[in-house]
Amino acid sequence: MTRVSAAGAPASRDSAAGASPSPAPVPRAPYGSAEAAPVVAVRFDDVSFSYGEVPVLDGARFHIHAGEFAALVGPNGAGKTTVLKLLLGLARPSAGRVSVLGLPPEEARRSIGYVPQHVSYDPAFPISVAEVVRMGRLHSSTRRYGRDDERAVLNALAMADVSELAGRPYSALSGGQRRRVLVARALAAEPELLVLDEPTANMDAESEARLFETLGGLKGEATILVVTHDTGFVTALTDSVFCVGERGHGRSVIRHLATPASHVASDQYGGPALQVLHDTELPDDGCCGGKAGL
Amino acid sequence: MSGYISALLDPSMPFVRNALAAGLLSSVLFGVIGSVVTVKRIAGLAGAISHAVLGGIGMALYLAAKGVFPGLPPIAGALVFALASAAIIGFVSLKAKQREDTVINALWAVGMSVGVLFIAKTPGYADPMSYLFGNILLVSTRDLVMLAVLDAIVVFLAWRFYPQIEASAFDEEFARVRGVPTDAVFVATLAVTAVAIVLLQTFVGIVMVIAMLTLPAGTAGFAARNLAAMMIGGSVLSAAFTAGGLAASWALDMPAGAVVVVFAGAAFLTIAAIVAIRSRATGRKPRAAETTA
Repeated sequence: MTRVSAAGAPASRDSAAGASPSPAPVPRAPYGSAEAAPVVAVRFDDVSFSYGEVPVLDGARFHIHAGEFAALVGPNGAGKTTVLKLLLGLARPSAGRVSVLGLPPEEARRSIGYVPQHVSYDPAFPISVAEVVRMGRLHSSTRRYGRDDERAVLNALAMADVSELAGRPYSALSGGQRRRVLVARALAAEPELLVLDEPTANMDAESEARLFETLGGLKGEATILVVTHDTGFVTALTDSVFCVGERGHGRSVIRHLATPASHVASDQYGGPALQVLHDTELPDDGCCGGKAGL
Repeated sequence: MSGYISALLDPSMPFVRNALAAGLLSSVLFGVIGSVVTVKRIAGLAGAISHAVLGGIGMALYLAAKGVFPGLPPIAGALVFALASAAIIGFVSLKAKQREDTVINALWAVGMSVGVLFIAKTPGYADPMSYLFGNILLVSTRDLVMLAVLDAIVVFLAWRFYPQIEASAFDEEFARVRGVPTDAVFVATLAVTAVAIVLLQTFVGIVMVIAMLTLPAGTAGFAARNLAAMMIGGSVLSAAFTAGGLAASWALDMPAGAVVVVFAGAAFLTIAAIVAIRSRATGRKPRAAETTA
């Protein structure tokens, strides 16, 4: 494996930018000088986690800049879901620290939009598309939805290109339409961090293209993390690629370079694709000289 | 039918009016709780709780007859067993999912067995049939008051926490990410269902209460656009089945609870068949039979 030095190697964002017409503007810390570190949206500091005796993560250390479009890749069973659960505050690390938008995950939830893989749902559940999307504005205990909530729901329906489906039963939609409705639900939260778990699973090419069009429009406005089991290629929207997998004695999260892949059919990734270079490894402090701040 | 209406209006037969009032009050619980039980797919859990209740009834009858707790009403034992069952099922469902089926079925069977054994050893005569299949004609004014109070509590909780209940049932993980205490919602649902089962078993008995918690709500679910409509539709259908079943049982001299359940079952199967036939004709899969994507 080629370990790319902090000084000499371009960050994966740089390599992706070559294939992307509009690289993500990376927000800077408001209190910083001209050389201030980029704002960090997600940070894992030496995070370990295990299910009983089975270790899943061992000293995982990585961070994602605010405004970046990041991809978390890994084969099935590698631990991607565990990373997600830790990031969403649905599980707690046995060691180390996870911070999201500078806060513990539980406190940052209101700023996170989450699109689950959602492979199982009850098709007999009576609920309309608009009601599903309104869940994105759900509060922990209150029942009221205000004007701001209704406005956010309408905006989210439009952004995900599902406004015309608002009055239809959720169960009457195709798999691709349902996935876009779940994206709208996540967008209704007006999130600073959008997390999508296998967003293109079971999607037809048209729905996939529409989804990436939506995500492309969001790029730079929110930090986007796409989780996928496709370890070979990612969409060209991607600024940074993280791979969950074996490293030394345990599993960790490794940052790879990605390079434009012109030989891949564009309809598979909603547009141009990047090839993940698994023989590269970027150090966690390589992108910003270890100065990445909150 | 005219005989039933005459009996309803007869001042010397208050038990007939009580039975109808109990049926109508129960309909609210069947519709509201039944809808939540149906969409959360916890009918099996509710079934285990309802059957375990016989253990509490039998124990209360035994302890009262033996003079250990003189005058202990069966409903007190039923309530203790129902809540204990709900607590065990809730704990196992949340903490030890791999044993969930085993524990639920064990509670179901052991609860009934304990009840049968206590009733068998209770001095004097205790008819288990009235507990298994209910006897709505024995409903007292106190039962009606308790049902009305529970109706008010359940309707308030369903109104107050509707978004959280809906989200927890539709997508529990997402609800948790939004900060909804889904475990608490689940345990509260089980506890309210347990208390409701104790009161409702007076009407249709512990064997058939689960049928009324699922059939009217399930029938309403074929046409409902959302969970609230399912709750209202389930309550209205349950009231119709109850009134019709009571009138028919009076006319045919049959057990009221069983007739009501047969009405509810026939309606569910008929609507399900119509929906399946229409869906086949239009080329769409019926909602309840759709595959996930």
